[in-house]
Amino acid sequence: MKGDFFIVWEHRTQVLDGLYCTLFLLFFSGFASIVLGVLITPLLMSPKRFLRSSSKAFVDAMRCVPFLLFVYLIYFGLPSLGVRISNWSAGAMALILYNSAYMAELMRGAWQQLPTSYIDSGRAFGFTGWKYIRHIILTPVFMRALPMIGNQMIQILKDSAFLTVIAVNELTHELNGIQSTYFIPFASFLTALLIYWLICVCMEFVMSFINRYANERRA
Amino acid sequence: MSSYDYYSILQGALATVSLSLISILFGLPMGLGLAILRWSNLPIFKDVAYFYVSVVRSCPTVTLTLLIFYALPQFGISFEPIPAAIFALTISTTAFNCEIWRSSLIEFPKDQLDAAYSMGLNRWDRMILVIFPQIWRQSLPGLFNEMTLQIKSTPAVAVIGIVDITRAALRVGSNTYEPLPPFIFAIIIYGLIVYAFILIQRYVEARLAHLGYL
Repeated sequence: MKGDFFIVWEHRTQVLDGLYCTLFLLFFSGFASIVLGVLITPLLMSPKRFLRSSSKAFVDAMRCVPFLLFVYLIYFGLPSLGVRISNWSAGAMALILYNSAYMAELMRGAWQQLPTSYIDSGRAFGFTGWKYIRHIILTPVFMRALPMIGNQMIQILKDSAFLTVIAVNELTHELNGIQSTYFIPFASFLTALLIYWLICVCMEFVMSFINRYANERRA
Repeated sequence: MSSYDYYSILQGALATVSLSLISILFGLPMGLGLAILRWSNLPIFKDVAYFYVSVVRSCPTVTLTLLIFYALPQFGISFEPIPAAIFALTISTTAFNCEIWRSSLIEFPKDQLDAAYSMGLNRWDRMILVIFPQIWRQSLPGLFNEMTLQIKSTPAVAVIGIVDITRAALRVGSNTYEPLPPFIFAIIIYGLIVYAFILIQRYVEARLAHLGYL
Protein backbone atom coordinates (compact mmCIF):
# COMPACT_ATOMS: atom_id res chain seq x y z
CA MET A 1 0.00 0.00 0.00
CA LYS A 2 2.86 2.37 0.86
CA GLY A 3 4.41 1.52 -2.49
CA ASP A 4 1.19 2.51 -4.24
CA PHE A 5 1.31 6.00 -2.81
CA PHE A 6 4.98 6.12 -3.76
CA ILE A 7 4.03 5.45 -7.40
CA VAL A 8 1.57 8.34 -7.25
CA TRP A 9 4.33 10.50 -5.75
CA GLU A 10 6.67 9.55 -8.57
CA HIS A 11 4.09 10.85 -11.03
CA ARG A 12 3.65 14.09 -9.15
CA THR A 13 4.26 16.22 -12.25
CA GLN A 14 1.30 14.53 -13.92
CA VAL A 15 -0.85 15.04 -10.81
CA LEU A 16 0.24 18.67 -10.62
CA ASP A 17 -0.66 19.15 -14.29
CA GLY A 18 -4.13 17.82 -13.50
CA LEU A 19 -4.36 20.05 -10.44
CA TYR A 20 -3.28 23.04 -12.50
CA CYS A 21 -5.90 22.25 -15.14
CA THR A 22 -8.64 21.84 -12.51
CA LEU A 23 -7.68 25.08 -10.75
CA PHE A 24 -7.48 26.97 -14.04
CA LEU A 25 -10.89 25.64 -15.09
CA LEU A 26 -12.27 26.56 -11.67
CA PHE A 27 -11.05 30.17 -11.67
CA PHE A 28 -11.54 30.84 -15.37
CA SER A 29 -15.05 29.44 -15.62
CA GLY A 30 -15.95 30.69 -12.14
CA PHE A 31 -15.03 34.24 -13.10
CA ALA A 32 -16.69 33.99 -16.52
CA SER A 33 -19.90 32.56 -15.10
CA ILE A 34 -20.08 35.30 -12.47
CA VAL A 35 -19.71 37.92 -15.23
CA LEU A 36 -22.32 36.19 -17.40
CA GLY A 37 -24.57 35.80 -14.38
CA VAL A 38 -24.30 39.54 -13.69
CA LEU A 39 -25.42 40.15 -17.28
CA ILE A 40 -28.33 37.67 -17.12
CA THR A 41 -29.70 38.81 -13.75
CA PRO A 42 -31.07 42.17 -15.02
CA LEU A 43 -32.82 40.23 -17.80
CA LEU A 44 -34.49 38.01 -15.21
CA MET A 45 -35.76 41.12 -13.42
CA SER A 46 -36.53 43.05 -16.60
CA PRO A 47 -39.94 44.72 -16.92
CA LYS A 48 -40.04 43.61 -20.57
CA ARG A 49 -41.93 40.34 -20.77
CA PHE A 50 -40.00 38.80 -23.64
CA LEU A 51 -36.58 39.35 -22.02
CA ARG A 52 -37.83 38.05 -18.69
CA SER A 53 -39.45 34.89 -20.00
CA SER A 54 -36.65 33.94 -22.38
CA SER A 55 -33.94 34.39 -19.75
CA LYS A 56 -36.07 32.47 -17.25
CA ALA A 57 -36.46 29.65 -19.77
CA PHE A 58 -32.67 29.44 -20.11
CA VAL A 59 -32.11 29.41 -16.34
CA ASP A 60 -34.86 26.84 -15.70
CA ALA A 61 -33.58 24.59 -18.49
CA MET A 62 -30.07 24.63 -17.01
CA ARG A 63 -31.44 23.84 -13.58
CA CYS A 64 -33.29 20.76 -14.88
CA VAL A 65 -30.43 19.27 -16.90
CA PRO A 66 -27.71 17.26 -15.15
CA PHE A 67 -24.27 18.68 -15.82
CA LEU A 68 -22.94 15.51 -17.45
CA LEU A 69 -25.73 15.52 -20.02
CA PHE A 70 -25.05 19.17 -20.76
CA VAL A 71 -21.36 18.39 -21.31
CA TYR A 72 -22.29 15.69 -23.81
CA LEU A 73 -24.74 18.05 -25.47
CA ILE A 74 -22.03 20.66 -26.03
CA TYR A 75 -19.31 18.17 -26.91
CA PHE A 76 -21.30 16.06 -29.37
CA GLY A 77 -24.04 18.49 -30.26
CA LEU A 78 -21.97 21.47 -31.44
CA PRO A 79 -19.98 19.49 -34.05
CA SER A 80 -23.22 18.22 -35.56
CA LEU A 81 -24.24 21.86 -35.96
CA GLY A 82 -20.93 22.42 -37.75
CA VAL A 83 -18.98 24.06 -34.91
CA ARG A 84 -15.65 22.39 -34.10
CA ILE A 85 -14.03 23.08 -30.74
CA SER A 86 -11.39 21.33 -28.65
CA ASN A 87 -12.23 19.15 -25.64
CA TRP A 88 -10.94 21.77 -23.26
CA SER A 89 -12.99 24.60 -24.73
CA ALA A 90 -16.08 22.39 -24.88
CA GLY A 91 -15.61 21.58 -21.18
CA ALA A 92 -14.97 25.18 -20.19
CA MET A 93 -17.93 26.34 -22.26
CA ALA A 94 -20.22 23.79 -20.60
CA LEU A 95 -19.01 24.83 -17.13
CA ILE A 96 -19.50 28.53 -17.88
CA LEU A 97 -22.94 28.31 -19.50
CA TYR A 98 -24.29 25.87 -16.92
CA ASN A 99 -23.06 27.75 -13.87
CA SER A 100 -23.89 31.22 -15.13
CA ALA A 101 -27.56 30.21 -14.94
CA TYR A 102 -27.10 29.25 -11.28
CA MET A 103 -25.16 32.48 -10.58
CA ALA A 104 -27.94 34.52 -12.18
CA GLU A 105 -30.56 32.71 -10.11
CA LEU A 106 -28.60 33.34 -6.89
CA MET A 107 -28.29 37.04 -7.68
CA ARG A 108 -31.97 37.27 -8.62
CA GLY A 109 -32.81 35.90 -5.17
CA ALA A 110 -30.57 38.53 -3.55
CA TRP A 111 -32.13 41.26 -5.71
CA GLN A 112 -35.64 40.33 -4.61
CA GLN A 113 -34.59 40.63 -0.99
CA LEU A 114 -33.44 44.23 -1.41
CA PRO A 115 -35.61 46.62 0.63
CA THR A 116 -38.12 48.43 -1.62
CA SER A 117 -37.30 51.79 -0.04
CA TYR A 118 -33.75 51.36 -1.28
CA ILE A 119 -34.88 50.63 -4.84
CA ASP A 120 -37.43 53.44 -4.79
CA SER A 121 -34.91 56.03 -3.62
CA GLY A 122 -32.59 54.98 -6.45
CA ARG A 123 -35.44 55.53 -8.88
CA ALA A 124 -36.29 58.85 -7.23
CA PHE A 125 -32.77 60.10 -7.92
CA GLY A 126 -33.44 59.50 -11.58
CA PHE A 127 -31.33 56.41 -12.14
CA THR A 128 -32.56 54.35 -15.07
CA GLY A 129 -31.36 51.59 -17.35
CA TRP A 130 -27.80 50.31 -17.03
CA LYS A 131 -26.79 53.19 -14.73
CA TYR A 132 -29.53 52.16 -12.28
CA ILE A 133 -28.27 48.58 -12.28
CA ARG A 134 -24.60 49.50 -12.16
CA HIS A 135 -24.77 52.13 -9.39
CA ILE A 136 -27.79 51.15 -7.31
CA ILE A 137 -28.48 47.45 -7.65
CA LEU A 138 -25.30 45.59 -8.45
CA THR A 139 -23.15 46.27 -5.37
CA PRO A 140 -25.70 45.36 -2.66
CA VAL A 141 -26.93 42.37 -4.68
CA PHE A 142 -23.38 41.13 -5.08
CA MET A 143 -22.60 41.61 -1.38
CA ARG A 144 -25.72 39.67 -0.42
CA ALA A 145 -25.11 36.89 -2.88
CA LEU A 146 -21.40 36.40 -2.07
CA PRO A 147 -21.77 33.48 0.38
CA MET A 148 -23.95 31.59 -2.14
CA ILE A 149 -21.56 32.45 -4.97
CA GLY A 150 -18.81 30.86 -2.89
CA ASN A 151 -20.88 27.68 -2.54
CA GLN A 152 -21.44 27.68 -6.28
CA MET A 153 -17.68 27.91 -6.82
CA ILE A 154 -17.34 24.66 -4.87
CA GLN A 155 -20.02 23.21 -7.14
CA ILE A 156 -17.97 24.30 -10.18
CA LEU A 157 -14.96 22.48 -8.74
CA LYS A 158 -17.05 19.32 -8.35
CA ASP A 159 -18.60 19.68 -11.79
CA SER A 160 -15.15 20.00 -13.35
CA ALA A 161 -14.50 16.36 -12.42
CA PHE A 162 -17.23 15.34 -14.90
CA LEU A 163 -15.06 16.67 -17.70
CA THR A 164 -13.01 13.49 -17.42
CA VAL A 165 -15.64 11.84 -19.65
CA ILE A 166 -14.66 14.05 -22.57
CA ALA A 167 -10.95 13.56 -21.83
CA VAL A 168 -10.14 16.99 -20.44
CA ASN A 169 -6.92 16.30 -18.56
CA GLU A 170 -8.09 17.57 -15.18
CA LEU A 171 -7.30 16.04 -11.79
CA THR A 172 -9.64 13.03 -11.85
CA HIS A 173 -8.62 12.24 -15.42
CA GLU A 174 -4.89 12.30 -14.67
CA LEU A 175 -5.24 10.15 -11.56
CA ASN A 176 -7.52 7.74 -13.40
CA GLY A 177 -4.75 7.47 -15.99
CA ILE A 178 -2.15 6.64 -13.32
CA GLN A 179 -4.61 4.21 -11.75
CA SER A 180 -5.21 2.28 -14.95
CA THR A 181 -1.51 2.11 -15.85
CA TYR A 182 -0.26 0.75 -12.51
CA PHE A 183 -3.48 -0.78 -11.10
CA ILE A 184 -3.33 1.30 -7.94
CA PRO A 185 -6.94 2.54 -7.74
CA PHE A 186 -7.05 3.14 -4.00
CA ALA A 187 -3.92 5.26 -3.73
CA SER A 188 -4.65 7.37 -6.79
CA PHE A 189 -8.34 8.03 -6.16
CA LEU A 190 -7.72 8.70 -2.49
CA THR A 191 -5.09 11.24 -3.55
CA ALA A 192 -7.65 12.85 -5.86
CA LEU A 193 -10.24 12.95 -3.07
CA LEU A 194 -7.79 14.53 -0.63
CA ILE A 195 -6.67 17.15 -3.15
CA TYR A 196 -10.30 18.10 -3.86
CA TRP A 197 -10.90 18.33 -0.14
CA LEU A 198 -7.84 20.54 0.36
CA ILE A 199 -8.98 22.88 -2.44
CA CYS A 200 -12.40 23.14 -0.78
CA VAL A 201 -10.91 23.81 2.65
CA CYS A 202 -8.78 26.59 1.15
CA MET A 203 -11.79 28.04 -0.67
CA GLU A 204 -13.85 28.01 2.51
CA PHE A 205 -11.01 29.78 4.32
CA VAL A 206 -10.85 32.51 1.67
CA MET A 207 -14.64 32.74 1.59
CA SER A 208 -14.84 33.36 5.33
CA PHE A 209 -12.71 36.49 4.81
CA ILE A 210 -14.72 37.63 1.81
CA ASN A 211 -17.97 37.06 3.68
CA ARG A 212 -16.75 39.14 6.58
CA TYR A 213 -15.91 41.94 4.12
CA ALA A 214 -19.33 41.59 2.48
CA ASN A 215 -21.15 41.53 5.81
CA GLU A 216 -19.79 44.96 6.68
CA ARG A 217 -21.01 46.37 3.37
CA ARG A 218 -24.46 44.86 3.19
CA ALA A 219 -27.36 47.21 2.51
CA MET B 1 -34.32 7.71 -33.84
CA SER B 2 -36.37 4.51 -33.90
CA SER B 3 -39.00 3.72 -31.31
CA TYR B 4 -36.58 1.25 -29.76
CA ASP B 5 -34.15 4.10 -29.14
CA TYR B 6 -36.80 6.05 -27.28
CA TYR B 7 -37.62 2.89 -25.33
CA SER B 8 -33.97 2.36 -24.33
CA ILE B 9 -33.69 5.92 -23.04
CA LEU B 10 -36.90 5.42 -21.06
CA GLN B 11 -35.38 2.28 -19.55
CA GLY B 12 -32.43 4.44 -18.55
CA ALA B 13 -34.95 6.73 -16.85
CA LEU B 14 -36.11 3.76 -14.79
CA ALA B 15 -32.51 3.18 -13.66
CA THR B 16 -32.01 6.87 -12.85
CA VAL B 17 -35.19 7.13 -10.81
CA SER B 18 -34.78 3.85 -8.93
CA LEU B 19 -31.09 4.45 -8.12
CA SER B 20 -31.81 7.92 -6.78
CA LEU B 21 -34.88 6.79 -4.83
CA ILE B 22 -32.98 3.92 -3.18
CA SER B 23 -30.07 6.17 -2.24
CA ILE B 24 -32.49 8.79 -0.89
CA LEU B 25 -34.25 6.10 1.14
CA PHE B 26 -30.95 5.07 2.75
CA GLY B 27 -29.58 8.58 2.92
CA LEU B 28 -32.45 10.21 4.83
CA PRO B 29 -32.16 8.23 8.11
CA MET B 30 -28.37 7.99 7.87
CA GLY B 31 -28.15 11.76 7.42
CA LEU B 32 -30.36 12.21 10.48
CA GLY B 33 -28.13 9.86 12.46
CA LEU B 34 -25.00 11.76 11.48
CA ALA B 35 -26.68 15.09 12.22
CA ILE B 36 -27.57 13.86 15.71
CA LEU B 37 -23.96 12.74 16.21
CA ARG B 38 -22.73 16.19 15.19
CA TRP B 39 -25.34 17.88 17.34
CA SER B 40 -24.54 15.75 20.38
CA ASN B 41 -21.32 16.42 22.20
CA LEU B 42 -19.92 12.89 22.04
CA PRO B 43 -16.20 13.67 21.71
CA ILE B 44 -14.84 11.42 18.95
CA PHE B 45 -18.09 10.65 17.11
CA LYS B 46 -18.78 14.36 16.66
CA ASP B 47 -15.41 14.90 15.00
CA VAL B 48 -15.70 11.81 12.81
CA ALA B 49 -19.11 13.00 11.58
CA TYR B 50 -17.71 16.47 10.92
CA PHE B 51 -14.78 15.05 8.97
CA TYR B 52 -17.04 12.74 6.95
CA VAL B 53 -19.37 15.56 5.94
CA SER B 54 -16.51 17.90 5.10
CA VAL B 55 -14.71 15.40 2.87
CA VAL B 56 -17.76 13.97 1.12
CA ARG B 57 -19.34 17.33 0.41
CA SER B 58 -16.18 18.53 -1.30
CA CYS B 59 -15.65 15.33 -3.27
CA PRO B 60 -17.03 15.06 -6.82
CA THR B 61 -19.49 12.17 -7.18
CA VAL B 62 -17.57 10.84 -10.18
CA THR B 63 -14.36 10.55 -8.16
CA LEU B 64 -16.22 8.94 -5.27
CA THR B 65 -17.87 6.40 -7.58
CA LEU B 66 -14.53 5.53 -9.20
CA LEU B 67 -12.95 5.16 -5.75
CA ILE B 68 -15.63 2.76 -4.56
CA PHE B 69 -15.85 0.67 -7.70
CA TYR B 70 -12.15 0.34 -8.49
CA ALA B 71 -10.42 0.75 -5.14
CA LEU B 72 -12.44 -1.31 -2.67
CA PRO B 73 -11.67 -4.60 -4.52
CA GLN B 74 -8.04 -3.99 -3.49
CA PHE B 75 -9.20 -4.79 0.04
CA GLY B 76 -11.20 -7.80 -1.06
CA ILE B 77 -14.53 -5.96 -1.02
CA SER B 78 -15.83 -6.00 -4.56
CA PHE B 79 -19.18 -4.67 -5.67
CA GLU B 80 -21.23 -5.23 -8.77
CA PRO B 81 -21.78 -1.91 -10.58
CA ILE B 82 -25.33 -1.38 -9.26
CA PRO B 83 -24.58 -1.85 -5.53
CA ALA B 84 -21.43 0.25 -5.99
CA ALA B 85 -23.52 3.01 -7.56
CA ILE B 86 -26.08 2.86 -4.76
CA PHE B 87 -23.26 2.91 -2.20
CA ALA B 88 -21.58 5.95 -3.79
CA LEU B 89 -24.84 7.88 -4.18
CA THR B 90 -25.88 7.05 -0.61
CA ILE B 91 -22.54 8.23 0.78
CA SER B 92 -22.86 11.56 -0.94
CA THR B 93 -26.54 12.21 -0.24
CA THR B 94 -26.05 11.25 3.43
CA ALA B 95 -23.55 14.08 3.86
CA PHE B 96 -25.87 16.65 2.29
CA ASN B 97 -28.91 15.40 4.22
CA CYS B 98 -26.86 15.59 7.41
CA GLU B 99 -26.33 19.32 6.89
CA ILE B 100 -30.06 19.88 6.28
CA TRP B 101 -31.11 17.94 9.38
CA ARG B 102 -28.39 19.63 11.42
CA SER B 103 -29.52 23.12 10.49
CA SER B 104 -33.01 22.41 11.81
CA LEU B 105 -31.54 20.74 14.90
CA ILE B 106 -29.49 23.88 15.59
CA GLU B 107 -32.57 26.06 15.23
CA PHE B 108 -34.59 23.75 17.47
CA PRO B 109 -36.15 25.92 20.22
CA LYS B 110 -34.31 25.60 23.51
CA ASP B 111 -37.47 25.91 25.60
CA GLN B 112 -38.89 22.78 23.96
CA LEU B 113 -35.80 20.86 25.05
CA ASP B 114 -35.95 22.30 28.56
CA ALA B 115 -39.61 21.31 28.78
CA ALA B 116 -38.71 17.79 27.70
CA TYR B 117 -35.99 17.64 30.38
CA SER B 118 -38.39 18.88 33.03
CA MET B 119 -40.91 16.19 32.10
CA GLY B 120 -38.16 13.69 32.89
CA LEU B 121 -38.16 12.17 29.42
CA ASN B 122 -35.20 9.96 28.69
CA ARG B 123 -32.87 10.41 25.72
CA TRP B 124 -34.88 8.18 23.36
CA ASP B 125 -38.28 9.69 24.25
CA ARG B 126 -36.91 13.21 23.89
CA MET B 127 -35.79 12.34 20.36
CA ILE B 128 -38.91 10.46 19.26
CA LEU B 129 -41.63 12.44 21.02
CA VAL B 130 -40.29 15.99 21.08
CA ILE B 131 -37.46 16.68 18.66
CA PHE B 132 -38.17 14.54 15.60
CA PRO B 133 -41.87 15.49 15.14
CA GLN B 134 -40.79 19.13 14.96
CA ILE B 135 -37.62 18.98 12.89
CA TRP B 136 -38.87 16.84 10.00
CA ARG B 137 -41.39 19.51 9.07
CA GLN B 138 -38.70 22.17 9.07
CA SER B 139 -36.30 20.04 7.06
CA LEU B 140 -38.82 19.03 4.41
CA PRO B 141 -38.13 21.81 1.83
CA GLY B 142 -34.37 21.34 2.10
CA LEU B 143 -34.68 17.56 1.83
CA PHE B 144 -36.86 17.80 -1.28
CA ASN B 145 -34.39 20.20 -2.82
CA GLU B 146 -31.59 17.73 -2.13
CA MET B 147 -33.65 14.97 -3.80
CA THR B 148 -33.83 16.87 -7.08
CA LEU B 149 -30.08 17.53 -6.83
CA GLN B 150 -29.60 13.81 -6.27
CA ILE B 151 -31.43 12.98 -9.49
CA LYS B 152 -29.14 15.34 -11.32
CA SER B 153 -26.03 13.75 -9.85
CA THR B 154 -26.93 10.15 -10.77
CA PRO B 155 -25.30 10.43 -14.24
CA ALA B 156 -21.99 10.29 -12.34
CA VAL B 157 -22.42 6.55 -11.87
CA ALA B 158 -22.44 6.07 -15.64
CA VAL B 159 -18.62 6.03 -15.44
CA ILE B 160 -18.79 2.50 -14.03
CA GLY B 161 -21.06 1.31 -16.81
CA ILE B 162 -24.55 1.81 -15.44
CA VAL B 163 -26.98 2.69 -18.20
CA ASP B 164 -28.92 5.64 -16.89
CA ILE B 165 -30.70 8.25 -19.02
CA THR B 166 -27.50 10.09 -19.94
CA ARG B 167 -25.57 6.98 -20.94
CA ALA B 168 -28.54 5.52 -22.82
CA ALA B 169 -28.82 8.76 -24.79
CA LEU B 170 -25.07 8.70 -25.47
CA ARG B 171 -25.35 5.13 -26.81
CA VAL B 172 -28.24 5.98 -29.09
CA GLY B 173 -26.32 8.99 -30.34
CA SER B 174 -23.24 6.96 -31.18
CA ASN B 175 -25.32 4.28 -32.94
CA THR B 176 -27.29 6.68 -35.11
CA TYR B 177 -24.47 9.24 -35.60
CA GLU B 178 -26.97 11.92 -34.66
CA PRO B 179 -26.28 12.94 -31.07
CA LEU B 180 -28.67 15.87 -30.78
CA PRO B 181 -32.13 14.17 -30.87
CA PRO B 182 -31.44 11.61 -28.09
CA PHE B 183 -29.87 14.31 -25.89
CA ILE B 184 -32.84 16.58 -26.34
CA PHE B 185 -35.18 13.68 -25.53
CA ALA B 186 -33.07 12.97 -22.43
CA ILE B 187 -33.26 16.62 -21.36
CA ILE B 188 -37.05 16.50 -21.66
CA ILE B 189 -37.17 13.36 -19.49
CA TYR B 190 -34.95 14.92 -16.83
CA GLY B 191 -37.14 18.01 -16.90
CA LEU B 192 -40.25 15.89 -16.40
CA ILE B 193 -38.70 13.91 -13.51
CA VAL B 194 -37.53 17.06 -11.72
CA TYR B 195 -40.92 18.67 -12.35
CA ALA B 196 -42.66 15.58 -10.94
CA PHE B 197 -40.58 15.92 -7.79
CA ILE B 198 -41.53 19.58 -7.48
CA LEU B 199 -45.22 18.64 -7.89
CA ILE B 200 -44.91 15.95 -5.20
CA GLN B 201 -43.24 18.47 -2.90
CA ARG B 202 -46.03 20.99 -3.47
CA TYR B 203 -48.68 18.32 -2.91
CA VAL B 204 -47.07 17.01 0.29
CA GLU B 205 -46.60 20.52 1.69
CA ALA B 206 -50.17 21.54 0.82
CA ARG B 207 -51.52 18.32 2.31
CA LEU B 208 -49.52 18.76 5.51
CA ALA B 209 -50.59 22.39 5.77
CA HIS B 210 -54.18 21.28 5.30
CA LEU B 211 -53.81 18.73 8.11
CA GLY B 212 -52.23 21.41 10.27
CA TYR B 213 -48.76 19.90 10.41
CA LEU B 214 -46.85 22.74 8.80
